[in-house]
Parts: sequence; structure tokens; C-alpha cells
Amino acid sequence: MHSDNRLAYWRANLRLLAICLVIWFTCSYVFGILLVEALNTIRIGGFQLGFWFAQQGSIYLFVVLIFFYAWRMNRIDKKHDVHED
Amino acid sequence: MSLQALTYGVVGFTFVLYIGIAIWSRALNTRDFYIAGKGVSPIANGMATAADWMSAASFISMAGLIAFLGYDGSVYLMGWTGGYVLLALLLAPYLRKFGKFTVPEFIAERYYSKTARIVAVICLIFISFTYVAGQMRGVGIVFSRFLEVDVAVGLVVGMGIVFVYAVLGGMKGITYTQVAQYCVLIFAYTVPAVFIAIQITGNPIPQLAFGSEITGTGTALLDKLDDIVTSLGFNQYTSGTKSRIDVFCITMALMVGTAGLPHVIVRFFTVPRVRDARVSAGYALFFIAILYTTAPAVGSMARYNLINTIQPGEIGAADGNLRYDERPEWFRTWERTGLVAFDDRNRDGRVQYYDDRNPAFAGQAAEYGWQGNELTVDRDIMVLANPEIAGLPNWVIALVAAGGIAAALSTAAGLLLVISAAVSHDLIKGIFVPEISDKNELRAGRLAAAFAILVAGYLGFDPPGWVAQVVAFAFGLAAASLFPVILLGIFSKRVNREGAIAGMLTGLLFTYGYIEYFKGLFLKWAGAPWGDNVAEQWLFGISPEGIGVIGMCLNFVVAIVVSSLTKPPPEHIQHMIEHIRVPRHMESLS
Repeated sequence: MHSDNRLAYWRANLRLLAICLVIWFTCSYVFGILLVEALNTIRIGGFQLGFWFAQQGSIYLFVVLIFFYAWRMNRIDKKHDVHED
Repeated sequence: MSLQALTYGVVGFTFVLYIGIAIWSRALNTRDFYIAGKGVSPIANGMATAADWMSAASFISMAGLIAFLGYDGSVYLMGWTGGYVLLALLLAPYLRKFGKFTVPEFIAERYYSKTARIVAVICLIFISFTYVAGQMRGVGIVFSRFLEVDVAVGLVVGMGIVFVYAVLGGMKGITYTQVAQYCVLIFAYTVPAVFIAIQITGNPIPQLAFGSEITGTGTALLDKLDDIVTSLGFNQYTSGTKSRIDVFCITMALMVGTAGLPHVIVRFFTVPRVRDARVSAGYALFFIAILYTTAPAVGSMARYNLINTIQPGEIGAADGNLRYDERPEWFRTWERTGLVAFDDRNRDGRVQYYDDRNPAFAGQAAEYGWQGNELTVDRDIMVLANPEIAGLPNWVIALVAAGGIAAALSTAAGLLLVISAAVSHDLIKGIFVPEISDKNELRAGRLAAAFAILVAGYLGFDPPGWVAQVVAFAFGLAAASLFPVILLGIFSKRVNREGAIAGMLTGLLFTYGYIEYFKGLFLKWAGAPWGDNVAEQWLFGISPEGIGVIGMCLNFVVAIVVSSLTKPPPEHIQHMIEHIRVPRHMESLS
């Protein structure tokens, strides 16, 4: 494997990681903890939004995020020709 | 059929199932024993990971904890699920590519050091034993409550079952029994939740019922709950009492700790490919999320049911409270176990349940003629008694017993396996007897597992005080010691042996020291000038539950600074790092 390709592959991975971790941090720490009171003024059904993020929404987003990462990573693996058989 | 006969039948059936699976999938060599021959499908591994992860505490205690904490309980919900994101993105695929058997083995090779391996083994054994003691206790408690046998008898039966399938089956046996245990526990958890959701809101999906209106009132469940708990002097359900920074740090410590727990990490060594490790973490979290999103719904509905039972009429009215001699059947049943206790302080024959530690409410209570809270409710009852409170049939109660035992056994087995692997693979083969044959190593692993079960059983029977601090300690330790060095081992080529050892020791000693000082783990004696957990003395207002985050930061800083002052890792280590960063084998890349 050329070291250029390897470097490009690693950069692409780190970029995807950064995006995913920002989403991870935002939906739990920002929406569920830091901005919880502001978001609680917004209501969806019987939920206050900040409380919903803390006890429901963040968990759903975590699940989606892992599948998204796995899917994107498989594409990056193929693009850089480092995927498993 | 009587409830007890039914419970024996259901629990007995699950035991036969587990042992049958263990015989069918027994381990034939060390590869099977440690990592199930790397042949587990990502979905099966996801289920097994979920059962491994969700312990007696998740199953029995968490919903009750949230019921009483309200918003503050969110730290457990986010903390114990968000860690899987870190695991899936930052650790699991690379450790799977590394392709060996244990977590200390990775640390030993990446940091070319037996010392690092020993430090990692010590952390691992400590975390795992603290944790497993709680599980064995959980098995004993479920047995004694539902089958009305002595805690000790329950423990011995539980130890016997784990013994058969962990010692015989190793990782392979454990994996497939955990798949079965997941099915039992999730069914047992969601069935009562669905029934209660229908009763209260008419919506059968607990996650939605949680945000729906109470049938026939036009008021949302959470609003109603906020309203009644505050009028009894309790803190509002949807907002918390913990400080912002503390909630932040506890959540972070639990997340990072989850990602650093060896018995969870090692599950991702069992799948065939790197891409399977990534997606398997997604399946694991999906299966975990089914329980973790149901739990807060159960918590709020159980709290609502409880208050409605105790306070059927208007608050403060003379006849507003439940008459003790008219208490419902489940109240009587659980009084016998001591989980519900009543003390008629004002001798009016009625039950008052309110927050008597809230000075702002004291005047109001006095006006009502209340002389202190009269009801103590153990949080575990919120799940254990739920089917009875909701008036569900006996088979549901039997199922909850089987589910609680499944949750405890699956976690105990996973922990015992990492302990035995640390002893037979990391200590015996890795350090003391490197030339040991595969057959003898397998034998050593089985002996270590058997010995670990005995120790765990003893700890469960006679738990030392520190078992209760398991949350603060096991997670804080995993966050502050193992997680940073594994992460740096993958993402940095510069961090070396000296940095890793210094970092791990700093994180470990700082976190242990802080928790010891505030909570008194091992060194506390009566009258010692520490261990009182005085909140005013907390560093930056961070409680011992959240301090692992600071330990983690110290670990990172020390590891990086020490590494930059010493020699970089040798060339073959640099190659190894290149190798684990890429899914395909290096040999096949040109």
C-alpha cells in the first residue's frame, strides 16, 4: 500500500470521526445537559424537548450514529481499497 | 398453578436452556475459550454484548433510580449508552484488527512492556471483581424474593449454573447463552411496561406513552407528575438538583468508563472482521436501547402509580391519604420483604408520603397535621413489583424473576471470563510460563474461572462495603486508567511505554485517592477524618461519581508529556500501529 493512500485513508477516517463525535457531543451534552432549560420551553407532545433529549432522543441518535459511521467507513474502506474480502 | 410453582417452572426452564446451549457450544481450544473462535455473527454478538452489559442493576434498579431522581437519572441513561459510540468509533474496530485475546495483551504489545501489562491486569481484575460481586448479590436477591429460598441457597445455585457454562463453554458458551438470556430479559422487561403504558395512557408503546396524556384527564403524564410531586414537597420530576458541571462529569465518566470496561471491549474480539466489529456495536446499542428507552418510561409511570395509590384524594384533605388497613395486596406482599415499610408517625392510620427534608414544605406539612414521611420504598420495587401493582397475571411475575436472573447471570459470566483470561493468558502465559501448551493454558483458564466464581460467590454472600460504590469506582477506574492508554495506543504513534505507564498510574491513583477520600473505600475506619463525602470540598464541584473524567484528563496529559520527553516507540511498534489502522491485512497490500 502506498503511504500516500494510507495517509489519505487515515485522514478521511479522522474527518468522519470528528463529524460523528460532534453530533455525539451535541445531542447528549449540549441538548441534554448544557441547554436543557432553554430547550425545555419547547414542547413536543407531552415532552419538554430538553428532557426528551436527555432521556430518549440522545439514545436514539447514538444508535443511528453508529450505523451511519459503520456504513460510511465501509465506503471509505472500498474507496481506498483497504476493505476486507 | 400457584405463583411459586409457576416461577420455579419458568426459571427452571431457562436454566435447562442455558446449560443445553453451553453443552452444544463448548470450547475446544483457547481460541474458542477466549474469543469464541472469532466466528460470532455481528447480530448475535450485539445481543450477547447487550446481555453482557445489562446487569442486575440495569434490570432491577435503574427504572426505580430514575423514578426517584427524575431528570438527574438521565446521567445513567446517556452515560451507559453513549459509551458505545466511543467504543464503536474509537476502539472496537482497531482492537479487533489487532486480533489477539485480551485487553492487557494489547497494552503489553503496543507499549512493549510487561510492566504495562501487569498494571492493566490489576486494573482489570479490580474493576471486574467489584462488578461481579454486585451481580452474584443480584442473583441471590432475586432467588430469595421470588422463590422464597435463602439468599445463600440462591447464590449457590447461581454459581453452579455460571460454573457449568462459563467453565465448560468459555467465551463460545457464554456468547450463545447470552443471546438466549437477552431474549428472556428483554421480553420480561417490556411486557409489564406495555401493560402499564396501556393502563395509564392507552398507548401501548412505553416510549410514546411516556409523553402522552393520562387517559381521561387531558393532562400529559409528565406534567401531571411534575404537578403532584411538587405539591408533596419533592423536587420537580423533569428538572434536576445536581449541579450542571456534576451532571456533565458523571455522564462523561460513565460513557468513557463504559468504553473502557474490559468485559465489553473483549466481546468485539469475537467477530470475524473489522467491519463486523463496527456494525456489531450498532446492534449492541440497538438491543440495549430497547431497555434503556423503556426504563425512563417505566420510572415515570411507576412513580405516578405509587403516588396515586398512596394519595388517592386531595393533598392535605383529612381523607386524602390511603388508609393503612385498606392497603392493596402488593403493598402487603412487599412489606414482608422489607422493601416497603410504613411507620405511622402521626397515628392517624393513614399513609403520608412526602419530602420531609424540604424545609420549604415543612410549614405546609405541619398545617396538614403530618409529622414526617411515613413510607419508605426501596427503588428496586419499581421493577420487581410493577406487574403486581398493574394487576398483571402470574406468568408475567414469573417472567420478571427469570429476566432478573438472566440479567445477573449473563453479566457475571462475561466478567468471570475476562478475569480468567487475565489470569491464564496475561499472567500465566504472558509473564510467568510463556512456553505453556495450548491444552494446559485452556486448563489454567478453566481453573481460574472456577476460582473466580468462588471468590465472586463469597463477595456476593458477604459483600464488603465498597461493593455499594461500584458505580463510582468501576467506571471511574476504567475511564481514568484503561481508556486513555488504549485510545492513545491507536491514535498516537508517539506515546511510548514510559508515557503509558506513568499515565495509567496517575489516572488510577488520582481517581482511587479521590474516591477513597470522599467515600472511604478500603482504608476508612470508624471516626477516620475522611469518607464523609462533604459536597463543599468537592474539586470544582465534581462528585466522586464524576471524578474519573479528571483522572482521565490527567492520564492523557501525563502520558503525552512523559512520552514527548522520552524516546519514541521502536520501529516495529510504529508498523504495528499502521497495521491496526487499516482493515485489510498488510501482507495483502502492495
